[in-house]
Amino acid sequence: MYDIKALYEAESVEDAIRLLQEHPQAQIIAGGSDVLVQIREGKRAGVELVSIYGIDALRGVCYDEEGAIRIGSLTSFSHIAADPIIREQIPVLGEAVSLVGGPQIRNIGTIGGNTCNGVTSADSASTLFAWDAIVELTGPEGIRHLPIREFYIKAGVVDLKPAEVQTAILIPKSSYEGYFGNYIKYAMREAMDIANLGCSVNVALSEDRKVIRDARIAYGVAGPVPMRTPSAEALAKGQELSEETIGKVARAVLQDIHPRDSWRAAKAFREHIAVEIAKRALRQSILLGGGVIRE
Amino acid sequence: MYAGQSVKRVDAFDKVTGRTKYTDDLCDRKAYIARVLHSTIANGKVLRIDTSEAEKVPGVVKIVTCFDLKEKHYYPTAGHPWSTDPSHQDVADRLMLTERVRFYGDDIAAVVAEDEVAAAQALHLIRVDYEEYPFVLDVQKAMEDGAPQLHEAYPNNILKHTQIRLGDYEKAIQEPGLIKVEGWYETPVVQHCHIENFICYAEMEGNRITVVSSTQIPHIVRRVVGQALGIEWGRVRIVKPYLGGGFGNKQDILYEPLCAWLSMLTGGHLVKLDVPREETFVCTRTRHSIRNHIISWVRPDGTYAARKLEAFSDQGAYASHGHSICAKGAGAFPQLYPCKNVEVDAYTVFTNKSVAGAMRGYGIPQAMWAVESHTEDVVAALGDDPLAFRRRNLMPKGYVDGFSKNELYEDSFNQCLDKAMAAIDYERKYKEYQNQTGDVRRGIGMAVFWYNTAVWPISLESSSCRMVLNQDGSFQLQVAETEIGQGADTAFAQMAADVVGVPLEKVHVVSCQDTDITPFGTGAYASRQTYVAGFSIRQTGLLLKERILDYAHELTRMPVFNLDIKNGNIVRITDGRVLMSLGELATQALYSLSDSRHITAESTYQIKSNAYSFGCTIAEVEVDIPMCKTKLLNVVNCHDAGKLINPALAEAQVHGGMSMGIGFGLSEKLIYDEKTGRPLNNNLLDYKLSTFLDHPRLMAEFVQNPEPTSAFGTKSLGEPPACSVAPAIRNAIYHATGVGVNNAPADAHNLFRAFTQAGLIHDER
Repeated sequence: MYDIKALYEAESVEDAIRLLQEHPQAQIIAGGSDVLVQIREGKRAGVELVSIYGIDALRGVCYDEEGAIRIGSLTSFSHIAADPIIREQIPVLGEAVSLVGGPQIRNIGTIGGNTCNGVTSADSASTLFAWDAIVELTGPEGIRHLPIREFYIKAGVVDLKPAEVQTAILIPKSSYEGYFGNYIKYAMREAMDIANLGCSVNVALSEDRKVIRDARIAYGVAGPVPMRTPSAEALAKGQELSEETIGKVARAVLQDIHPRDSWRAAKAFREHIAVEIAKRALRQSILLGGGVIRE
Repeated sequence: MYAGQSVKRVDAFDKVTGRTKYTDDLCDRKAYIARVLHSTIANGKVLRIDTSEAEKVPGVVKIVTCFDLKEKHYYPTAGHPWSTDPSHQDVADRLMLTERVRFYGDDIAAVVAEDEVAAAQALHLIRVDYEEYPFVLDVQKAMEDGAPQLHEAYPNNILKHTQIRLGDYEKAIQEPGLIKVEGWYETPVVQHCHIENFICYAEMEGNRITVVSSTQIPHIVRRVVGQALGIEWGRVRIVKPYLGGGFGNKQDILYEPLCAWLSMLTGGHLVKLDVPREETFVCTRTRHSIRNHIISWVRPDGTYAARKLEAFSDQGAYASHGHSICAKGAGAFPQLYPCKNVEVDAYTVFTNKSVAGAMRGYGIPQAMWAVESHTEDVVAALGDDPLAFRRRNLMPKGYVDGFSKNELYEDSFNQCLDKAMAAIDYERKYKEYQNQTGDVRRGIGMAVFWYNTAVWPISLESSSCRMVLNQDGSFQLQVAETEIGQGADTAFAQMAADVVGVPLEKVHVVSCQDTDITPFGTGAYASRQTYVAGFSIRQTGLLLKERILDYAHELTRMPVFNLDIKNGNIVRITDGRVLMSLGELATQALYSLSDSRHITAESTYQIKSNAYSFGCTIAEVEVDIPMCKTKLLNVVNCHDAGKLINPALAEAQVHGGMSMGIGFGLSEKLIYDEKTGRPLNNNLLDYKLSTFLDHPRLMAEFVQNPEPTSAFGTKSLGEPPACSVAPAIRNAIYHATGVGVNNAPADAHNLFRAFTQAGLIHDER
């Protein structure tokens, strides 16, 4: 039995905005795999809920008119993993969300919930950071678009204004065309776990596939919110494909990240793993792009 | 013969269709909901509890605090048979609610409400003032002079210290040329994590109290509820439905007394106490963390000259099963690798942690972690071979233990090792994986174990059985040994069908134990269900058969010695002719106008024997050194558990135990905050129980040497599969990397420390 004061079910985005305006204290609920857990823990005891789960218009993956990949915010992880557009253009996102929890969670959990929850460990978030995703927010004032890096304000807090609903996540064509990616989730077991560290890398190679044209390296759990590693990325640009480059770039991530020292994992351990998984994700991304790495 | 066949579980269809009723399914929805308020300090005293705000919550029926407990009936909680000799009784140190708080999570008050939400809201509003004392979490620090004291009667927090002295250790170590091998080996606090959390409900009828409980030990719970409430034991009735697992946690009295009391305080109303997972971790029982110090003096020829073990067992805050666990592991030490000169000191020590109790293996998984890790260190020090060393030094065929009189009748250890090695292709892999380099390396390692079956001669136990014949020739079978998911009911039905001579479907096992109805027995613990119930089923089945044939004589005029029951029919032995069906006989017996009988049988068997059980694990791993990760590639257990009653169920038992061993070796550990004593990871996300994806295919092999002391040739299998898995994994990691992880689990944190120390990974910063 959950301590819920009221549940309002929205039939459309407009309806959801109206309900949120009528009940300004209400919490949005989609799949509920985070919100219900929080209620059970007593964190939101006596909460009012506006459910957007019934709004089918927010489900599915398509291209928009500019060729960006548009992922409806209610699209479940298992849907994303199986979606043909995702598999063709950004398979790494499907791989990343396939590592969330277990099968039941992946069927109920949504990418919108995963990002609006504002946690650094979300398996979709670091990959969306790497792809320079754009968040679409719909509110009483209309629609606005935000780079995902600006959407995250601090741990557990995202830039969602009163009565605003996240309606889609967009991956611009310029972000994915020519890029190949890999995500490594580092956790203590192979399923049903939250990352101690996650690293998502994508790489674009030069036309002759000899040098790194661009590299984007993103982390989860390396700070209070997901983050990118500007120093390491700058270092990678224009470098030849070699183990030396990979090692140098991977070590440079330590200039950018600042993981916590906690009972879940020591800082020294996380830093060691951060470098190791950056190496492996870089190596894999280069190989996916058809590059040959010199020893 | 059904014994030896993999017949379907008698409860299979109900369980897979969801029809089986567990405690919560049985509880009427009108029940009041009870929740317990737990202390938020690790050591101290409750000064005041303010319930005024909580009482205003609509739906709250009653709030009871430790100060309402006017009569203090201290009671023991261990699920042991009662001893009529006060000096052998379990320590009675628990109260239903306590003012004196000894661990973070101790029970100080309870709320009874009309629903869960009201109960949770009320819990939240109760205010508690404490006087805080310093606390101690480390087992050896707790023994130091000046350490915070938990119980007045136990100076230096030592609940018990026992010793074993064989030969002359001090003299033996003077032998020239000995090699000394010394190490510290520690196991963490882990929890059972049965699927069904502990739950019970209670209500009164007349002046009696009924508690329906998810317990392994209904008859013991009845006694302790009587003791805790200070009422006559006959006024207490305990009912045990199907269980979603227990693994020893439910071999303890948990919240049954409190739930009964709360019902009594609310006019005998139905009260349900359903413990959430977070509280199950902290406020029920855990496995004892044991720190072991072993010194071995070995001759260059690879034999032991002298050995020494010190074991420090962390009891947590209350006695529960107490020293029995550490003592069992200590007792295994001189037996597994017999040596003439041995010193053992075993200590069980109170600390301000959750209470440790019984858990599958009862001290042996901890002891095997230490002993078998150490064996590998000895092998390394000698430059010996792990297999050859074990073959040379393990308990030999014909070994008899002086205390239990248990005997190793066959060459079980070598037989088990041979079978396990063949299953996993050990010898090839052992050679192939020697001296690897590189980031990712493979290894293969082994460990053995020793186990008892029942409790004799520590106590004399009895098993009782009742059989009641029906009109159709079927019969109900009742025993006090409980089905807790392990498949006991099915094994009982198989044995009973064979003894009486009926088809399996003619045996109706009454799965539920009800202390008002079920014959007396102490329930599911040790690994004794099939062994002890086997005696009473055999004895009672023969009694029933005798009564049936006696009546058959009345009906057929054939002499009893020429009659038998086969496949549910009365058969004449001389020519094999079927004279009548058992159903015809039973109907006659009940409705006869000249000689009407209700054919039943009931008897009690005293078990004055015990049996050794043996086995081993071989594990193959791949270690990714920079990632500090171990992948278990293959694992095999081989057991000599005597004759198997149901091989498929036996295999399932072994799989379950191996899974528990995998978590124990690689990932599980309950962590406490050093600053507050608060448990940090008491949930199934942060406590890393291993998942399906962390398991390879589990291989179970058996050697079936019939056990001569047993009614059906069986001996223990319930707990043994969990005993040797973790050290085998540890030894496989050692084989792969040359790094021995002595503190379980060999998780990424421990591997990072160990590999850094060994220079296998370098600081990249």
